[in-house]
Amino acid sequence: MNAAQALPMEGSSWNRGRVGMACLIFGESTFFSIFVVAYLFYLGKSLTGPHPQDVLEFPLVATVCLLSSSLTVVWGVRALAAGRRLQAGLGLALTVGLGGAFIGATALEWSRLIFQEGLAIDTNLFGTTFYSLVGFHAAHVILGLLMLSGIGVGVAAGKVTAEHAERVEIVSWYWHFVDAVWLVVLTTVYVVGV
Amino acid sequence: MSASSTTGNASLAGGAGSTFSGSIHEWVTTVDHKRLGLLYIGSGLLFFLIGGMEAAVMRAQLAIPGNDLLEPQEFNRLFTMHGTTMVFLVGMPIITGFGNYLIPLMIGARDMAFPRLNAWGFWMFLFGGLVLYMSYFASMGLYGAGTAPDVGWFAYAPLSGRAFSRGNATDYWVLGIMISGFGSISGAVNMIATSLTMRCPGMTMSRLPLFVWMMLVVSFLILLALPVLTAAQVMLLFDRFLGAHFFDTQAGGDAVLWQHFFWFFGHPEVYILMIPGFAYASEIIPVFSRKVIFGYSFMVAATIAIGLLAVGVWAHHMFTVGMGKGLNIWFAVITMVVGIPTGIKLFNWIATMYGGKIQMKTPMLFCIGFLGQFLVAGLSGILLSGAPLNWQLSDSYFVVAHFHFVLIGGLLFTIFAALYYWFPKVTGLMLSEKLGRWHFWLFFVGFHVTFTTMHVQGILGMPRRIYTYPGDRGWAIWNFISSAGVVFQMAGVLCFLAAVVLAFKRPRRAGPDPWNAWTLEWSTSSPPPAYNFLTPPEVRSRRPLWDLKHPDDPDWKHE
Repeated sequence: MNAAQALPMEGSSWNRGRVGMACLIFGESTFFSIFVVAYLFYLGKSLTGPHPQDVLEFPLVATVCLLSSSLTVVWGVRALAAGRRLQAGLGLALTVGLGGAFIGATALEWSRLIFQEGLAIDTNLFGTTFYSLVGFHAAHVILGLLMLSGIGVGVAAGKVTAEHAERVEIVSWYWHFVDAVWLVVLTTVYVVGV
Repeated sequence: MSASSTTGNASLAGGAGSTFSGSIHEWVTTVDHKRLGLLYIGSGLLFFLIGGMEAAVMRAQLAIPGNDLLEPQEFNRLFTMHGTTMVFLVGMPIITGFGNYLIPLMIGARDMAFPRLNAWGFWMFLFGGLVLYMSYFASMGLYGAGTAPDVGWFAYAPLSGRAFSRGNATDYWVLGIMISGFGSISGAVNMIATSLTMRCPGMTMSRLPLFVWMMLVVSFLILLALPVLTAAQVMLLFDRFLGAHFFDTQAGGDAVLWQHFFWFFGHPEVYILMIPGFAYASEIIPVFSRKVIFGYSFMVAATIAIGLLAVGVWAHHMFTVGMGKGLNIWFAVITMVVGIPTGIKLFNWIATMYGGKIQMKTPMLFCIGFLGQFLVAGLSGILLSGAPLNWQLSDSYFVVAHFHFVLIGGLLFTIFAALYYWFPKVTGLMLSEKLGRWHFWLFFVGFHVTFTTMHVQGILGMPRRIYTYPGDRGWAIWNFISSAGVVFQMAGVLCFLAAVVLAFKRPRRAGPDPWNAWTLEWSTSSPPPAYNFLTPPEVRSRRPLWDLKHPDDPDWKHE
């Protein structure tokens, strides 16, 4: 290592934005892990019903929507980097639409659980851990949707262009992270937990 | 960042900053890493005086048996506020402040990676601290209006749940710490991004000053630990406000789960506070021994090892809850293993001093005090890690003595060392060496009078957190000695404050490099300009200033 002239990180794609987002994702992961641990720890320990196996249905449509939105956001970011504004806007709009559909499906599920099955956050340990874990994930989806919508509006208005592609890509990392968390939540709640 | 350059220019030209309101405006809106670092350290020191006063009042109450200076409830609030303040509002901001001030200077950068995020983090911390102290005026506690939280600094649920902590004093504790935690997390993100991506030409990872390496490990630990506390606090808030059952034993909740979550944060937190102390010592000891640090790569590896072990030892705080043999053995053994990398560090510092031309300046005095006291802290820690002995000593004054040896004998001594060492860089003025010596000796004596004796009280069976005790237990004389030490400690801190005032009243210019040191922060003027370096420095070894001062025998020929 005697290349005294070269900047240490030169040639590496790890600039401060990427490192910062990676750190944020790392911190968020530890936050979610604790809720996953609490969910698994309290599995089957509710003193009263309803229990997961009685009321949960596998959220197939929501999962397909959210996971495919990771593809559309990649498509949108690549289009933006290549300067194809229309495709970029379309990719972001599709992503927001699919993410919105996921939130809609969660809303329907929650309303069914609350009003038909009588499961609220104060009902039992299952309700406590379920609404906390799924709710924090949904809150992160909404945060991601707000960021992506803002970028989408910027693209439509011509304010966000190819030169911002890298920053948009860093935001898209957050969206991928939200997706990855969903895979963990899905496995924990709807596969292991029922 | 346009804002940083405007504030910088204004302060250089004496423009907007020349009026009082103008300078307030500058400090409130600043995004400069040096000013934010000073804001962190300054507010940390203010909270230190508050937390210190709380401790002094408690020691006054305990000085004689059967004392009625304080009500029991007042005593509970005081030890809660003292512990919470010292960990979250003194330790955290001061280590973040030094990191903020020094990391960009040490790696040859002009600012942190995210200056605005940096400012956000500081104001979140301060806001969190103010929320905590608002409780004295605004909250309704179990005992009526205007009461601080009284659940201890680790706020064990279910005792901190809705059923047992009525009113909202506990909510002030949760929210204040959570908000200041957001600040710590953003600061950690910033320090990692800065150390990894903002280094000047030639500043490879293997040439990074140990200070930066150690703050990097600390930042990762913050990202690993602080969100855990935040998550547990969110659960507690859900329990308290939404009727959730995370820690509600009536609904099948677990009474020990909070302890696991809290200490999974709490033990890494100890290293988050202590590793920066190692960082200051690792910069100061070589300079005043006139030798390179012994075993640089072992120091880095030992720091990383401590960071990794930190996440596997949390339940040694919980030996008395009945975890069973297997877990007890695991946590006892892993805790003892921490002694290995820590021992490596101690020997490396001693080996650095060995054969050196040691200069007994104030920063070095505090570092030598740190070495001895931290050794005692480590040894009493190993005693406590033995589960059977822990059953006897847990929650006694022996534990109080142990962690005050860590956090005062270890951390606070190195913080004082760092304050004396970098004050000339920050202000351009020297602190009085004479007052520094008075500070050291008064504080050293006071510290040992107060805390060495506490080991004895603990072995004699005095539990922590009792507001008073009967006179026939044999604790009275020891408690009186402990309380007497406080006077010396306060006198020591007064010497420090006097030294700071005197430095400005009778200025002695420091020049850019008063200690003849080797890291990049000493290559720029004191205080450094807003842009730190006119041209980005180039580095060819771990001691760039040595290379500049000794072109005939530069370090890079040997490394």
